[in-house]
Formats: sequence, C-alpha cells, structure tokens
Amino acid sequence: MACAATSVALCLDPLRQIFLSGVYGLLLAVLFVVLQAPDVALSMLVVSTVAYPLIVLIAISRTRRERGEE
Amino acid sequence: MTILVYAVVAWVFAIGIYGAIVSRNLIHLALCLTVTQSSTYILLLAIGYKHGAGAPIFEDVKLGTAAVDPVVQSLTLTDVVVSVTVIALILALALDVHRQSDSIDPDEISTLNR
Amino acid sequence: MSSRQRLRAWIAAPVLALFAAILGWGFARAPAFGDFHGAYGDLLNRIAVPQRHTSNVVTAIVFDYRGFDTMGEEFILFASVVGVVLLLRAVREPATGQDDPVASDAIRLFGIIMVAVILVFGLWLAAFGLVTPGGGFQGGVAIAGGIVLVFLASGYRAWRTFGRERLLDPFEGLGAASYAAVGLAALIAGAPFLHNLLGLGVAGTLRSGGSMTLLNWAVAVEVAAANLVLYTEFLESYLVPHLPRR
Repeated sequence: MACAATSVALCLDPLRQIFLSGVYGLLLAVLFVVLQAPDVALSMLVVSTVAYPLIVLIAISRTRRERGEE
Repeated sequence: MTILVYAVVAWVFAIGIYGAIVSRNLIHLALCLTVTQSSTYILLLAIGYKHGAGAPIFEDVKLGTAAVDPVVQSLTLTDVVVSVTVIALILALALDVHRQSDSIDPDEISTLNR
Repeated sequence: MSSRQRLRAWIAAPVLALFAAILGWGFARAPAFGDFHGAYGDLLNRIAVPQRHTSNVVTAIVFDYRGFDTMGEEFILFASVVGVVLLLRAVREPATGQDDPVASDAIRLFGIIMVAVILVFGLWLAAFGLVTPGGGFQGGVAIAGGIVLVFLASGYRAWRTFGRERLLDPFEGLGAASYAAVGLAALIAGAPFLHNLLGLGVAGTLRSGGSMTLLNWAVAVEVAAANLVLYTEFLESYLVPHLPRR
C-alpha cells in the first residue's frame, strides 16, 4: 500500500502517474473490502477507475498539445 | 499491527505532501493531493475496524452480529465522491493558469508574474 | 532539484515536523487496530435496522442519521462543479462540429454493449443502496461513467446529444434542490428538517427506508449530472480549439 502511494507521488510524468494512481485506487478498494467497508470500496472503485483518469487525461492532453504546436 | 497501520497512514500522508512540495507540474500536484487525501480514508476505516466483525449491512445476516463502525464509513463514502469534483476544480484552475501563462510549472509561473 | 524546490522543502520542513509531532501525540492515544468501540457506531448498528427498516446501515447514516451533513457534501459538489463550468466554459469558442469517427465496428458494438452494462450496473447500485452495498453516490458516478462511454464508442457527435448543457444543468440543480426539498417538506409538515416523512417500508425491499429512497435518488441524479457536466466541460475544452492566450 505504502509502496503504491509512494510510486504515485514520486512519478514525475503525469501520464504515467495517472495509470499508477488507477492501480493505487484499485489496491485501496481491495483494502477497504478487507476492512469490511464494501460501500466505500465501491465508490473508490468507480471514482479511481473512471472519473480521475478521464479528467486528468484530458487535462494532460490539453497542456501537451499546445506545447507541441509551438 | 497497530503501529504498522498508523505508520502506513502517516507515510502515505507525508509522501503525498512531499510530492506536492517538489512538484514541477500542477497536474502532478493535484494527483499528489489525492494521495494525501487517501491517507485520511485509510485512517478512518482502520480506526472503525473491529476484529472478527462483519460489514454493517444486515441483509441475510442476523441482527446483532458484530459489525464494524458504520459512521466512519459513511463519512469516507461521501468524501470519496465529492473529492472528484474538487480535483476537477483544481485541474480546471490549472488549465486556466496554463492558458494565461503557457506553463503548468509553478516555478515558471511565479517567475513570469514578477 | 532546483534551488527553488530546495527552498520550498526548507520552508515546509518545520511545518511538517510540527505536524509529525501532533500526529505522533494523537496516535499514541489512538485505539489499537481492530479494537475500537465507538458508542455511536455500535448503537447505530443495533438500532438502525429496526428503527429505519434499511439493511444497509451506512446508507441509513448517510441519508438519515446524518442527512444534514450529506446535504452539505452535496452542495460542495454543486459549488465545485459550478466553479469548473465558470472556468472552462468562459474560454470556449462555438463548437466547430469536428468528428473523429471510430474506425472499427467491433469497437463500436463492444462500446455500446458496455454502455448498457455499466448503465444497468449504475442504476442497480443506486436503486439497492438501502439494501446492499451501494447508493446514490456510487451509482451516480457509475451512471455518468457509462454515459461517457458513448463518447469513446461512437465519437463526439453522438456525445453532444447527451452532453448538452441545456439538458444537464437543470438535472444537476434538480438533484441538489430536491434533496433540500425533501428536507423542507418535513419542515412544512411540522417535523424537524429532513425528518422521515413517508412510511418506513419493508426492510430488504426497494421501498425500504421511506424518504431515504427519495434522498437517495436525488443524490444519484445530482452526482450523475454533476459528473456528466464535468466530463462535458473537460471534453469540450479538449476538442474545441480555444481562444488564443491573452
């Protein structure tokens, strides 16, 4: 758990980082199930695998593309 | 076991803050904040956990069975979902900064504004 | 590491040290792992099912025992979506109508099947929130995720028909407003704010929990619409050429 969090925080390239954070979110969801919290696990699951990647990927592509045009 | 759990929480919190401090990219910074935030989820749920207890859902389970603390779970639950929109707001701010100063590096931005 | 980063690290160090001290102090008194006995949680675990006829205690807390907090959370959600919309919508030019068709029929078919599957899953999550794990919050995100797949499966033009702000914005407001409305209805009826007005229903069925069901659906609509508005704004800012920078 701690290792996954470390890799998310220290990965400098946001594009790699968002994949890592997806994995981290899945690990968190598993941990929450182990801690007997299925409700929270479900919300973590949908949020970390759908919502975060989508908005972050768009934000990244937006900033990347303009840099490419210059 | 207790020390391990609290150490993990503290570590996740610290590493998120550290990532945010040395960040050279506002999007990276936003994701580091999510890591920091996740430490609070782990802490809350770990505190509510009880050995040998089931989930606080009594479908097909006899009432009165030992269950973990539901209050912390409901706190975490709403926070997880709301955090998405807050992160989206941060990213929108980052995009706006990018549009104005053509950079998502906090260092370069402060240089430009001088 | 640049000099500026090092400077920031030095500024942060004392603050973090202070924080670590407070954390250590707090953890020293914290209960041992797996040995927590919060009176409030234990009490709710015992009385929630007989009192509220919902088998999912977590949802009962979210929508009933601490329903007022949830309304606060809902308005945080609402406010931050409004912030995103203000920031991103201001800079947009009218859509140019570009489309990037998805090449493969297989992808399109698979995508559309997945849309249906995820939508049903999201609706199921939202509907049975009071019985099994799930609820309006998770269901709302899943529904929004399912709909956004339309974009990935069949391109921007099909997405536009879903993502029109004119359609979505009222839904979002409606979700937030109806939550408050359910609370106010109780107030008008002479009961405390958010008091459970409707009957409690039968535990284990869709109608269990009385007005909690309404609140649950209000939250589901609110969360789904809020997420869709977010996705729309971000997608538009990505696809539509933006104004030259000032």
